[in-house]
Amino acid sequence: MRQFDFMGKRRIAFIVSIVLTIVSVGALVLLNLNLGLDFTGGTVVELHYATAPSLDDVRALLASHGFENFQVQTFGAANEVLVRLQQTFNNDVGNQVVAALNAKGASIDLVRAEFVGAQVGGQLRDQSGLGMLVAMAGVAIYVAFRFQYKFALCALISLVHDVVIVLGLFALFQWEFDLTVLAGIMAVIGYSLNDTIIVYDRIRENIRLSRSDDMAQIFNEAINQTLSRTLATSGTTLLVLFALFFLGGDMIHNFSISLILGIVAGTFSSVYVAAALLLVFKLERQDLIPAKKENVEGEEELP
Amino acid sequence: MLNRYPLWKYLLILIVFAVGVIYALPNLYPQDPAVQISTTNGTLDSQQLERVTQVLADDGIAVKSANMTGNSSALIRLDNAEQQLPARDAIDKALDDNYTVALNLADSTPEWLTSLGATPMKLGLDLRGGVHFLLEVDMQAAVKQRLEATASAIRADLRDQHIRYRGTEIDGNALHLEFANVEDRNAARDQIRQNFREFQLQSREEGRRAFLDMSLTEQSIKDIQDYAVEQNLTTIRNRVNELGVSEPLVQRQGPNRIVVELPGVQDTAEAKRIVGATANLEFRLEARPDAPASETETFPFRNNPQRTATLSRDVIITGDRVSSASQGFDQNGRPQVNINLDGTGGSLMNQATRTNIGRSMAVLYIEHKTQTRTVMKDGKQVVEHIPSTERSIISLATIQSALSNRFRITGLDSPTEARELALLLRSGSLAAPIYFVQESTIGPSLGAQNIQRGIFSVIVGGLLVVAFMLIRYKAFGVIANVALAVNLTLLIAVMSLLGATLTLPGIAGIVLTLGMAVDANVLIYERIREELRRKTPAQQAIHAGYGRAFTSIVDANLTTLLVAVVLFSIGTGPVKGFAVTLSIGILTSMFTGIMVSRALVNLSIGGKPLKKLWI
Repeated sequence: MRQFDFMGKRRIAFIVSIVLTIVSVGALVLLNLNLGLDFTGGTVVELHYATAPSLDDVRALLASHGFENFQVQTFGAANEVLVRLQQTFNNDVGNQVVAALNAKGASIDLVRAEFVGAQVGGQLRDQSGLGMLVAMAGVAIYVAFRFQYKFALCALISLVHDVVIVLGLFALFQWEFDLTVLAGIMAVIGYSLNDTIIVYDRIRENIRLSRSDDMAQIFNEAINQTLSRTLATSGTTLLVLFALFFLGGDMIHNFSISLILGIVAGTFSSVYVAAALLLVFKLERQDLIPAKKENVEGEEELP
Repeated sequence: MLNRYPLWKYLLILIVFAVGVIYALPNLYPQDPAVQISTTNGTLDSQQLERVTQVLADDGIAVKSANMTGNSSALIRLDNAEQQLPARDAIDKALDDNYTVALNLADSTPEWLTSLGATPMKLGLDLRGGVHFLLEVDMQAAVKQRLEATASAIRADLRDQHIRYRGTEIDGNALHLEFANVEDRNAARDQIRQNFREFQLQSREEGRRAFLDMSLTEQSIKDIQDYAVEQNLTTIRNRVNELGVSEPLVQRQGPNRIVVELPGVQDTAEAKRIVGATANLEFRLEARPDAPASETETFPFRNNPQRTATLSRDVIITGDRVSSASQGFDQNGRPQVNINLDGTGGSLMNQATRTNIGRSMAVLYIEHKTQTRTVMKDGKQVVEHIPSTERSIISLATIQSALSNRFRITGLDSPTEARELALLLRSGSLAAPIYFVQESTIGPSLGAQNIQRGIFSVIVGGLLVVAFMLIRYKAFGVIANVALAVNLTLLIAVMSLLGATLTLPGIAGIVLTLGMAVDANVLIYERIREELRRKTPAQQAIHAGYGRAFTSIVDANLTTLLVAVVLFSIGTGPVKGFAVTLSIGILTSMFTGIMVSRALVNLSIGGKPLKKLWI
């Protein structure tokens, strides 16, 4: 089987990672996330037209009826229209929108009118942020316990890397960030970690088996050994996610985008961030098997 | 011998699978659209049910079955979901006000499954339609109400003890009492210290006037707020039950929020009015003409705001003492509410009226209203709630004789108002005002669409994974796919058993689990291939593959599980649903990926002399 020299190209990969991270942080700071109504608060009105309307007409009609700060977009099909309003909700807002748009005699059904309060946003945002921090801390402790603190540190950096890049891309392209995307990000954390641990597990195993002190060589072997597994698992998960992306409907559209990006980033980072960083942190044999070292040397004298 | 399982392991797996199949099975029986009829004070029998069925048949609505589900409730199953609304309207018209008619989805699980406790998964609101409210309890108002009640009690207490006071004033979390001199204050202080322990007392003088500042301790504020939320939960549950909604959800969320989900309800306005109504009653005596102004309050009449009356500040009882209430009409055909008081309420009422025959007693109608406004503050949108309380007199009548625990009140505008007031008095009042922070109505059509798309994408995703595994791992791919099917069965069974609610993010979680579930098998098979490349004999390769992959699988899954558990404990709503599915999925996939697929391998080729593995 062909062996790829992953570690040899780690400098290029580091540059790619750093550039991506800087771009992501820049996008997050300069453009901000396009937070969905779950976070900002406001009113959503979903309408079903008998025949597909022109969105420009819809906008013009709403503006002429005194609505301000609204967004109009199609939702799935051309005749499903979503109107987002920044104004607060009242019972009639759905009917007002329908009445305004009915002026030209179009046949419109109100599918739903939904209000999300801004306060919910605040509380949820804090909770979600806290949730991520707690989740990451828990993971770091577990990895430090099962492996070693250098592994925990690198796993954590790789996690943050993946999350920041997915968030950054959402900011860069101004895709709407709502609660389902948040769930997606959480799943990315789980998935990226899964990948990283599999690679780490193999690295640990190889360090224990091998007599060599050339860490880059050991890492390369471990990554090559897990490569087909990594590709197979990422492949199957991506298959499912593409099914969700194309067939799952608009409500989980952004959810699948976040996971697809996250899995690509996670697979990349499990090799080039999580593993390659261990070299930067100067991982040594002694970090994993300090006690057994003497025994190994003792055995060597026997033959 | 290598790769042989003892019999008990096979049996264990078989039993787990059989149990899984039984509890997953109910999900295959589709739910029937149904209309549920219930009554609180009317009667419902099979004859009436027959009449209702006849009405539906006349309207051309196909009825699948009509059954009594209890003494006072019945369930009518329909063939077509689109006829649910017309059916409800028709039944509503045929029956009078004493009946509640609600939309429902009825399980059609066969009896032998229900007897085993197997029920299908509940569908979340996003999948079946309904109303979702997020309510926030006004904590400040809860404290203020408690202070008002305390002030009233202290005034009565001081009067009983003949201690003179000038006035009471509420300010934030504190209550200020004013006295003419220090002696009165000190006497009051001793009296109050005995009876109101939850306060910290502080004396203060300004010139000749003496004050007593009573402030609540942090702990007692927290207790009051906790009590307010719990009390509101109970009240809202009672009210929701009165609405006759099936499987409603009323849940506390965080320190001061309450989530209400009413599946099948499409009329938000009515639900909102009933859930959020804060109407209550107070019974007070009309003030004596010579009473000092600090002890009286003036209120307008409800049906004639120009007319006012001056009432005593002290409340005899509030609507909280009502044990039952029903709507009726007096001899002139005007609406009235018949009220029964509980024991304490009855004796309080009796005491107050017995000693005050000839004076007038007023019934005060209280409504807490909130205006919600969005204002710009520091460049941010902030939602402000401006609470206001409307109090108006609905009746003022001379006390002819001592009242007991049964009486009626009149002066209401319409039968509807009387009915709603009776309902509110029955279900209890809210301990503190609530705001609607979030409300959403989700049409069932959207739900049907979502569930179809979700299921379709699950099937397509699943088939893609199956095909991938077959192509890549051949014979072992078959085993992995069987394990995957067992995994899906177990996942659905556990979710049904736990009573988890299936939401759209939940479906996404299932799909993700399917993708990740094959991971364990992929890990194992890649290990086996590796061993084979090193020319390890087939049986040993299988053994080593399963053995070596084990720690990787456990480590990887445990960390993901850790994340899922954290998400569950901290997240809300959709995040929680996703976390539940993911955690269960990880556990079942570990079982099937390691145990089930191993058992299948052992059973089929374990211990046999093999030259080559089809992998």
